[in-house]
Amino acid sequence: MNPSLNASPADGGHGYSGIPRWLYLPAAVGALFVLLPLAAVLAKVNWAQFIPLVTSAASLDALGLSLRTSAASTLLCLVFGVPLAMVLARRPFRGQRLLRAFVLLPLVLPPVVGGIALLYTFGRQGLLGKSLELAGIQIAFSNTAVVLAQAFVALPFLVVSLEGALRTAGNKYEAVAATLGAAPTTVLRRVTLPLVMPGLASGAVLSFARSLGEFGATLTFAGSLQGVTRTLPLEIYLQRESDADAAVALSLLLVAVAVAVVGLSYRKPGRQVGA
Amino acid sequence: MTFRMTARVHGRLDAEFTVAPGETVAVLGPNGAGKSTLLAAAAGLVKPHGGSIRLGDKVLFAHDGGRQHWVPPHLRGVALLAQEALLFPHLSVLDNVAFAPRSAGEPRARSRETARRWLAEVDALDLAGRRPGQLSGGQAQRVAVARALAADPELLLLDEPMAALDIHAAPQLRRVLKRVLARRSALIVTHDVLDALMLADRIVVLEKGRIVEEGPVREVLGRPRSAFAAGLAGLNLLTGTVTPDGLLVSGPGAAGGQAVSGTPDGEALAGEPGVAAFPPSAVSVFLELPHGSPRNCLPVAITELEPHAGRIRVHAGELAADITPAASAELGLEPGTQVFFVVKSAEVQLYGA
Amino acid sequence: MRITRRKTAALVVSAVLAGSLAACSPGGGGSTGSGTVTVYAAASLKKTFTELAAKFEAAHPGTKVTLNFAGSSDLVTQITQGAPADVFASADSKNMTKLSDASLVDGDPVDFATNVLEIAVPPANPASISSFADLAKPGVKVVVCAPQVPCGAATEKVEKASGITLKPVSEESSVADVLGKVTSGEADAGLVYVTDVKTAGDKVKGITFPESGQAANTYPIATVENSKNKELAKAFIELVTGSEGRKVLGDAGFGAP
Repeated sequence: MNPSLNASPADGGHGYSGIPRWLYLPAAVGALFVLLPLAAVLAKVNWAQFIPLVTSAASLDALGLSLRTSAASTLLCLVFGVPLAMVLARRPFRGQRLLRAFVLLPLVLPPVVGGIALLYTFGRQGLLGKSLELAGIQIAFSNTAVVLAQAFVALPFLVVSLEGALRTAGNKYEAVAATLGAAPTTVLRRVTLPLVMPGLASGAVLSFARSLGEFGATLTFAGSLQGVTRTLPLEIYLQRESDADAAVALSLLLVAVAVAVVGLSYRKPGRQVGA
Repeated sequence: MTFRMTARVHGRLDAEFTVAPGETVAVLGPNGAGKSTLLAAAAGLVKPHGGSIRLGDKVLFAHDGGRQHWVPPHLRGVALLAQEALLFPHLSVLDNVAFAPRSAGEPRARSRETARRWLAEVDALDLAGRRPGQLSGGQAQRVAVARALAADPELLLLDEPMAALDIHAAPQLRRVLKRVLARRSALIVTHDVLDALMLADRIVVLEKGRIVEEGPVREVLGRPRSAFAAGLAGLNLLTGTVTPDGLLVSGPGAAGGQAVSGTPDGEALAGEPGVAAFPPSAVSVFLELPHGSPRNCLPVAITELEPHAGRIRVHAGELAADITPAASAELGLEPGTQVFFVVKSAEVQLYGA
Repeated sequence: MRITRRKTAALVVSAVLAGSLAACSPGGGGSTGSGTVTVYAAASLKKTFTELAAKFEAAHPGTKVTLNFAGSSDLVTQITQGAPADVFASADSKNMTKLSDASLVDGDPVDFATNVLEIAVPPANPASISSFADLAKPGVKVVVCAPQVPCGAATEKVEKASGITLKPVSEESSVADVLGKVTSGEADAGLVYVTDVKTAGDKVKGITFPESGQAANTYPIATVENSKNKELAKAFIELVTGSEGRKVLGDAGFGAP
């Protein structure tokens, strides 16, 4: 056993917590507020039909599509979110606060609004969509539309986590690396990214989880067709119309996947930065 | 290769100095004097507002008129060793030291070979396989030295490398540095006169961003002209104007406006600015004005008392006297007491500022 | 002393929870006391029923009609979960049957309107659609309702009856989503109800087609079993099924049952 683990408060030998005792009550209510609805879903599951319901062709198509598009949107978030976070964290410039506010906007925006915005950007008649259409690229009603909708809402999660990690890490290591003769790209690859890897990983996982749950923007922007654009949340929404049992079973499936994904990122506490 | 630097950073630095090939220059000065800014400018981490920096015939920075020339840190051949070791926590000790050769394009195996050589040089070869988190402060700093040297820098910058170490680790690192800095161009920022004595050939004293004194270590410490250098050398220092038989002390200090007699050297010319220096151990403390003998008597008010190497150091503003505890008790000294600091003329060195 | 304090705390918490949950629930738990009739109606009836409610209040001074519009299946779910509805007007008989099966319908439901599908195209009609068969032409982007929702079920029926199979680019969960795709120009055509095309105004152009008659949708209305004001509920249903209701519904594009 690692002695430092033994010394952790979770293992007994509590330090002074500074938490007033009455605080546990609202804390418990808060926890129940989240857990109770999940328990309610669990209680509603038709267990006899559970396996057939979640393994129907439509369900499997939806799950597969959700996993594939979420993976793609996470990749998209990494490709564009990492540079964005770097610029926001490391280089002060005019309008930086404003840019950050706008990048974070999808966090608070109703997803439908995001969908409408994407429609007017990438849609057939949209800002970019028109040119794309001429170039023979059609985004509406395609996998790509789903990925774009997911990336739109998931990007802030990656940027926020990574920017926080970058700010915490500071740039002392990068400065030392530069004086040791490492060019900026080498510093990024061999120092910065490894240092913020825990933050980057948790940002990526959050992005993936957010992509998995994306509904409003997809519905508005991408449409809903089995195997093409109908992701798990859309399938749940549709099944609810006709088959409540199927909707509940799929909800549980989505909850399970989300718990697995989020659990995975918090299983390993982030490595300490600094010697 | 000679390093020449003239740098202005608004509000922080306005200095010009040179590091000769193979020379180690210690930069000393109080907190906030601009020492770290000076190093950062040399390393390329801070862009000066004006001036020029050259290393050999390479121009690292130049700003004249509107045109600006600036070489980024990684192309300067200048390595920086900071107060903290800042070893990359995700790399092993060996790969930390191999970082610079790898960045320079050496293949992995060769760069690790180089790293082993430098680890041996700082007596840390046995740490090669460890993670930085498993090192003590002193070990980490020695590894950091090896890592900086593995970059084969034309100029090594050291920013208070001993400051974060405990008193046991510092001497070992100082020995290592003495060995590796020999015949190497280096600039070391320090608080500690011992670093200057052991490691440096020359001292530059920086105050409020400006160089107030510079010269060979022995000369600066032996005949300090700035208050800071005098403090380092453990001397009382009075500045003023040279008179035919001594010094008229200037300024608002404890001895301001008083005449001090002493032993002038050949350079002290009447009417020119000069300084008077004397050790605290040469100062006696009296409650009343003593009579007879040609001595300097400075009426002062005690500001502070502290133990100092088995004696009591009596502070009165910027002046200090060392007396025995018994004498202190007999005189009943405490802060605020009006006393006379008395020092024999023969103990006072007078020289031009 | 301790125990009492804890009990009190528990009571306070449950009271707080109950209060906040009540505040969150739709319908707000308002009273269905005399003078108020709560009508749960399919979303497609929003315009007509709002108009009819005003007429009802005018004709019966002192009464108030509370309206709740949503998808028919949502409304059935709400009513079976105990929502305080007096009247339920469904967009199809299937959902009314669901409510009957739950023994929540008082008496027999009455059909009061029919609705048929119509093709909605952007005003410029870029794909030059003029018939149902045109929708199956390659390259035409057509959006329909998913079979799970009433308009999608009707679409399936028309496809079967006409022998024309559509290849939609999307199967939406609601009429509003289909219309949204058409009005934004993403789709070349959508299949929705005549009444939806009317409501959309000049943002879309409607194209009627004969095959739509194969899948006329019937709207039934009924008093809810748990209603506390069945008299008023019946009066409202009379208005809807009467001549005045017929006129308002007819103006909106609904057919006679």
